[in-house]
Amino acid sequence: MFTPGYQNIFTQVQIRGPAYAGVPLTRGPWTRSQLAGHSYLLGLFGDAQVGPAYLGWTGVASLLCGFIAFEIIGLNMWASVGWNPVEFLHRLPWLALEPPAPRYGLRIPPLAEGGWWLMTGFFLTTSILLWWLRTYRRAKALGLGYHTTWAFAAAIWLYLVLGFIRPLLMGSWSEAVPFGIFPHLDWTAAFSIRYGNLFYNPFHALSIVFLYGSTLLFAMHGATVLATSRYGAEREVEQITDRGTAFERGMLFWRWTMGFNATAESIHRWAWWFAVLCPLTGGIGILLTGTVVDNWYLWAVKHGVAPQYPAAFPILPDPALVTGGRP
Amino acid sequence: MSEGRKNVQFWLMIGGAAAAVAGVGLAFTFQSPRTVSVQEGYRGIAMEQVYHRVAVANVAASNKVPEAQPAVDPAGVPSKEAYQNVQVLGDVDANEFIRVMTAMTEWVAPEQGCTYCHAEGEELSSDKLYTKRVARRMLQMTQHINADWKPHVGGTGVTCYTCHRGQPVPQNIWFAPPQDPNGPRMVGNDAGQNQPAKAAGLASLPYDPFSPYLAGDPANIRVISKAALPDRTNPADIKQAEHTYSLMLHMSNSLGVNCTFCHNSRAFFDWNQSPPQRTTSWYGIRMVRDLTVNYLAPLRPEFPHERLGPMGDSAKANCATCHQGANKPLLGVSMLKDYPVLAGPTAGDRRTGEE
Repeated sequence: MFTPGYQNIFTQVQIRGPAYAGVPLTRGPWTRSQLAGHSYLLGLFGDAQVGPAYLGWTGVASLLCGFIAFEIIGLNMWASVGWNPVEFLHRLPWLALEPPAPRYGLRIPPLAEGGWWLMTGFFLTTSILLWWLRTYRRAKALGLGYHTTWAFAAAIWLYLVLGFIRPLLMGSWSEAVPFGIFPHLDWTAAFSIRYGNLFYNPFHALSIVFLYGSTLLFAMHGATVLATSRYGAEREVEQITDRGTAFERGMLFWRWTMGFNATAESIHRWAWWFAVLCPLTGGIGILLTGTVVDNWYLWAVKHGVAPQYPAAFPILPDPALVTGGRP
Repeated sequence: MSEGRKNVQFWLMIGGAAAAVAGVGLAFTFQSPRTVSVQEGYRGIAMEQVYHRVAVANVAASNKVPEAQPAVDPAGVPSKEAYQNVQVLGDVDANEFIRVMTAMTEWVAPEQGCTYCHAEGEELSSDKLYTKRVARRMLQMTQHINADWKPHVGGTGVTCYTCHRGQPVPQNIWFAPPQDPNGPRMVGNDAGQNQPAKAAGLASLPYDPFSPYLAGDPANIRVISKAALPDRTNPADIKQAEHTYSLMLHMSNSLGVNCTFCHNSRAFFDWNQSPPQRTTSWYGIRMVRDLTVNYLAPLRPEFPHERLGPMGDSAKANCATCHQGANKPLLGVSMLKDYPVLAGPTAGDRRTGEE
């Protein structure tokens, strides 16, 4: 029943030999670390060879800033349960570092009232931007295109819109997202509720199309490559110079299935654009919320997007208008 | 052992470990999927209530109504003439008065008996015990609810049992959460949220939605804008939305219902799409505020220290105090009809604490 090596959803051929040091670095004072070895467990998930790594000053500075941000968040979380280690682990998904209260606007609040949040935002953003610079420089050093760099920039765009650009436009840090696992999800729900249901935000809809579209494309592409790997499809380097039976069969499969097929290059363009457009359109949708549109449901009604349904129960007036009571 | 068998064993071990972890996680966090959904609105728009059979059975079991005290022949004299120091129910026939007292004992202090309020070895008229002074005020509150909050309690009304359920202190009450008098410390300010919030169904939302909304000087619950485009009329921000969300989760949990019981979730704010329960609920919020401000909070000086909250405030009511998991307390059975004297202040009673 099992035909190991062909039904390769899990199995991974591990190749052992002298560690590959990589192409020579062209210039610069840094060198790659000399450490390199093999790991069976990591080989189950990716390449069994670990290292050598190139950190460089952007990598070192990025990790340092990221570590500072991580520590500020973690220590504040730990302090919020009275430094109890068991409670810290138990409640970790609930804990957060909260942005300042609305009364501070864009001013710098005291540390306890959002100052730590602002500081964390600074260090985390610096860390991310330095890592972005690092991907740019590594791509350049290896003679690659900058596709990874720009794709990462798309994600950074969404991050900056949520935590920096939109709060600036709204005039208050309190509009930003808390650093926490459940708290950022609750923030998302409250954000949608406050601004009249994000469901009716067309850029939110586009973002979801690209999100789900990405998973579909990834599944199609991954399945095609795995299914044709018995003909060597996973050996992309060879297939680039000699487009053999694997790629031909993969393309034929889709052409016969749906009459049209992507090519070995264009499938990656599809995937790249879908992935990049997900945060790009999402960021636009967030940026418009509260700044340009205050209630997405009413916006959708105004533009004929949200249909009206017959009432199935008696409709009563707003009692605040009837009684004059405070809502 | 061959390489292939070793490989299979390895994956079986990994798979078994993963299944064990997932199984334990499922068993302790998920409900078994025995749910029933009931359509309550126009088709295809998810206006439905989802009920879990086990939860419905639990609510039914914990919302049984005790049998009414048997009717009594009138004594022919009002209680204030038969007894001394009768400040509430004074015009009620003396025998009916004793019948209500008997019922109250069963509802509030079945184990402690009459002496829970009437000090042992003292006249029945003695106001020595704080429990008696509080009980008197609670009688007035019950009459006030039944007479003046009909938009919420309807003709069903409430009795002591609606909240007390055989306990001297109702199970669901709230106090102001503990606060450091020196303000937040330099690190670890949870900003009133970001802890498992019992009030909000263990979400990380604000854990005290009661102080801002169910007490004096309430904040505005409404946070959603009335216009499509920003017109600077709505100052509410996302943090306020989180507070409202927390209060709404409390209501949803207390009543055992989904959001769609009161709202069309596509436009939470829109009264033109809301089920009529939202109006009942709106009056409920005002009712609880009224009870807090005029009845429960002012009782603070009466209570001994151990009955007060961490900030020294008296116990207060929220939606769960009466509802206890049922969208109609006691599943809509009216106990009031068996005790008509609780329907409102009787003619001779002094009405206090009302505006």
